[in-house]
Amino acid sequence: MVRNQDQMLSRIATNEGHAENSAYFDGWKAYDSDPYHPTQNPRGVIQMGLAENQLCFDLVQEWVRNNEKASICTPQGANAFKDIAIFQDYHGLPHFRNAVARFMEKVRGNRVRFDPDRIVMSGGATGATETLTFCLADPGDAFLVPTPYYPGNDRDLTWRTGVKLVPVICESSNDFKITREALELAFKNAQDQNIKVKGLLLNNPSNPLGTVLDTETLQESLNFITEKKIHLICDEIYSATVFNEPGFISIADIIQDNPQCNLDLIHIVYSLSKDLGFPGFRVGVVYSYNDAVVNCARKMSSFGLVSTQTQHLIASMLSDDAFVETFLAESSRRLRKRHEMFSRGLGQVGLGNLESNAGLYCWMDLRRLLRESSFEGEMELWHVIINEVKLNVSPGGSFHCSEPGWFRVCFANMDDETTRVALSRIHKFVLKKKVGVEGKQCSRRELVVSLSFRRRFDDMGMTPRMMSPHSPMPSPLVRART
Amino acid sequence: MTLSKKATCNSHGQDSSYFLGWQEYEKNPYDESRNPKGIIQMGLAENQLSFDVLESWLAENPDAAGFKNKGESNFRELALFQDYHGLPAFKNAMVQFMSEIRGNKVKFDPRKLVLSAGATSANESLIFCLADPGEAFLLPTPYYPGFDRDLKWRTGVEIVPIHCTSSTGYRITASALEDAYHLAHKRNLKVKGVLVTNPSNPLGITLTRTELNLLLKFVDTKGIHLISDEIYSGTVFNSPNFVSVMELLENRKYKDTDVSNRVHIVYSLSKDLGLPGFRVGAIYSNDDMVVAAATKMSSFGLVSSQTQYLLSAMLSDEKFAKSYIVENQNRLKNRHQMLVRGLKTAGISCLDSNAGLFCWVDMRHLLTSKTFEAEMELWKQIVYEVGLNISPGSSCHCDEPGWFRVCFANMSEDTLNLAIQRLRSFVDDISATRNAPRNSSKSTRKKLLSKWVFRLSFNDRERER
Repeated sequence: MVRNQDQMLSRIATNEGHAENSAYFDGWKAYDSDPYHPTQNPRGVIQMGLAENQLCFDLVQEWVRNNEKASICTPQGANAFKDIAIFQDYHGLPHFRNAVARFMEKVRGNRVRFDPDRIVMSGGATGATETLTFCLADPGDAFLVPTPYYPGNDRDLTWRTGVKLVPVICESSNDFKITREALELAFKNAQDQNIKVKGLLLNNPSNPLGTVLDTETLQESLNFITEKKIHLICDEIYSATVFNEPGFISIADIIQDNPQCNLDLIHIVYSLSKDLGFPGFRVGVVYSYNDAVVNCARKMSSFGLVSTQTQHLIASMLSDDAFVETFLAESSRRLRKRHEMFSRGLGQVGLGNLESNAGLYCWMDLRRLLRESSFEGEMELWHVIINEVKLNVSPGGSFHCSEPGWFRVCFANMDDETTRVALSRIHKFVLKKKVGVEGKQCSRRELVVSLSFRRRFDDMGMTPRMMSPHSPMPSPLVRART
Repeated sequence: MTLSKKATCNSHGQDSSYFLGWQEYEKNPYDESRNPKGIIQMGLAENQLSFDVLESWLAENPDAAGFKNKGESNFRELALFQDYHGLPAFKNAMVQFMSEIRGNKVKFDPRKLVLSAGATSANESLIFCLADPGEAFLLPTPYYPGFDRDLKWRTGVEIVPIHCTSSTGYRITASALEDAYHLAHKRNLKVKGVLVTNPSNPLGITLTRTELNLLLKFVDTKGIHLISDEIYSGTVFNSPNFVSVMELLENRKYKDTDVSNRVHIVYSLSKDLGLPGFRVGAIYSNDDMVVAAATKMSSFGLVSSQTQYLLSAMLSDEKFAKSYIVENQNRLKNRHQMLVRGLKTAGISCLDSNAGLFCWVDMRHLLTSKTFEAEMELWKQIVYEVGLNISPGSSCHCDEPGWFRVCFANMSEDTLNLAIQRLRSFVDDISATRNAPRNSSKSTRKKLLSKWVFRLSFNDRERER
């Protein structure tokens, strides 16, 4: 094929803005070619790079079984089929918006109220983040984002929008808290480059840290954006994954305590992918306190509406108060238990993780295991973890962490047995490397390490296999044929 | 703090009369029992004629609906499935269905199909892939008003019209193509491609082989892309049969040439299956890079896995799919005939059409003057007084005033008959006014004037923006 075709495609289509060509996809490839299965492939790679919440499907499946009317295709629900199938109003089904607003309120302990008329649909949180960026910033403008941050932000904020991302550097020395100094420094960096900052994006609870923002940080952030007259987007997609104290404080709580603040600057991104575990259903939400943004985002939602079949199901499910209460409590409990199991397991071989109370992952501190304190050293360690320990974890560099040696490891996308297998592999690896064991688990560790690593390069033979790092592989649905 | 330029401009196109008519309908919607004097919605190209066929399939196939695969719940797998490559079974079923609609003259490769949340999303993504801000696509007029939003708004790409007129049956001509290309050049716009809708919205006609060959020759010579939006391909109810541009590419002349990599199709299930709420759109391209880029972009608007699963079961049922296509086309044919005949009794003719969910209606003779102002005047009368929401040609960028798109597949037969009756009385009233002798016309005019005092003055009202 003649490749002068490339000139005929857009810059967006041919640049790297989608951020998917990073070396970090080696982990996915390793998993893809050798996926763990308890009986069929017990030595395979365990997927710990996917932040999915799979702990409560039994509860949901039971609900679905008992609520056949929620599906428009069952005999019980079929009389709604036609009306649902033709409904394409971008305001969304009223009962869907109401149910989502109520759910968001419950997750925040009913301390705040959400107006269903401000609920705007989007193609997942991915679509929501991009839409808000399109509404708030012009090409060349920038958003500030604290590091470490979810890698997808590079694509969602910048790829098609032409907006830039300026990192706010956070450090392990204070547990990666966002400081006023860091915010100011990032703002100044942008100014020095003649880049106009349009807003700040906060992720609360944080991916990859698993921590919640405290009142002080939220208040400081609000003060900062008010002073600078820029927008504040709070991505709260992990809000219901908080399993321990301190509880979740939403930006919605803060603005309630700041009645004089400019609400036109405040916007929330939400989704059901993490809290409920439904990434496949693509339920994203833009919630803005700014009327013009609601209007604009709603028009843009045409590009990523939620299937009405799904809206109908979700509306039914989330309106079931008893189910929601049980689900939230049980999900929290199971996440806490799994987190404890995993943290303890790490602690037993002297590995620490950032103290966290939310999210579907741990932020592991492996700095002392690095052969050298550099990102090359981190990549080396990572390749060892993938190829020898056979765990797909995510290196901190992929989250733009400023310091090498941190790794995000997900624990909610597997059963207890697989968690045990993963932990035993970690134990074997660490003990084999004669790492000194420390009993206590805390956020900063002293590890005596004497390791000899053999450099292993994985020859993955880079075939252009179009693997999407978005689904549990091998999903039976991918193998299915009719 | 200011918002973006995109948020504050009106390139979303929703100030157009096309959308405003919808709003008026929302305020006063017709209902047979509850609001018999309300506005009848004829501005929405929906296919509601064959739901019973879908519903009976559902009744016979409870598993697909109820998150069950062979009796076992597969809710979990579906809820977790977010692979932007889409459900393989669904893509296989889609390409099969698309092939069936084209009389199996074209075979599609599921790996070249990219799913997206509706054709709205598919069109936008494709433009993002093919053009940079400030570049342009050529579109034959009249065209679907939504393109102003879908192709231009967030992409920053321009649309330059290819003028097609009633005098040549709206056929795309070589000179019209060249004129458009030169017009773009004069405006300093680099042309990246041509986008056609086949069958056409709002015209309801299929492109001829001559036109398709012309288009291929044009894009070949200019080295640009061709997007064929074929979302109405399953609504062709009369000859000539539907010919997809893909069919022509199978031809020896174009096979495996550069140009075959520059032809892309957009599809959706919103019109053919009547499922706009489910947001099922697709891009089909022979260019690997376009497929790769569009696949990544689909992250911004994936199709719900729940919906993919249901529809893969439905469309994989080949017997069902074949019979649905045939039955649907028959019903569209009958309904189309009903409207055409009904309009004829009111002295109104339509463009001779063989596809789509609408007629392109000629009301030029009802205009008080050959102007778009007169068209707007007439349109307001039809919306407010006659109580029909139809779409004025100007909203579709038609060059000549007096044409309207009237939808017929989104209502019952009774409602359609009522709509025709209302239009007939309106036309009779107009004739009465225009033909009546001066003296007697005073009282008639007074009556008509009071009828025509709008309940709400159109331009004065605050619009929710």
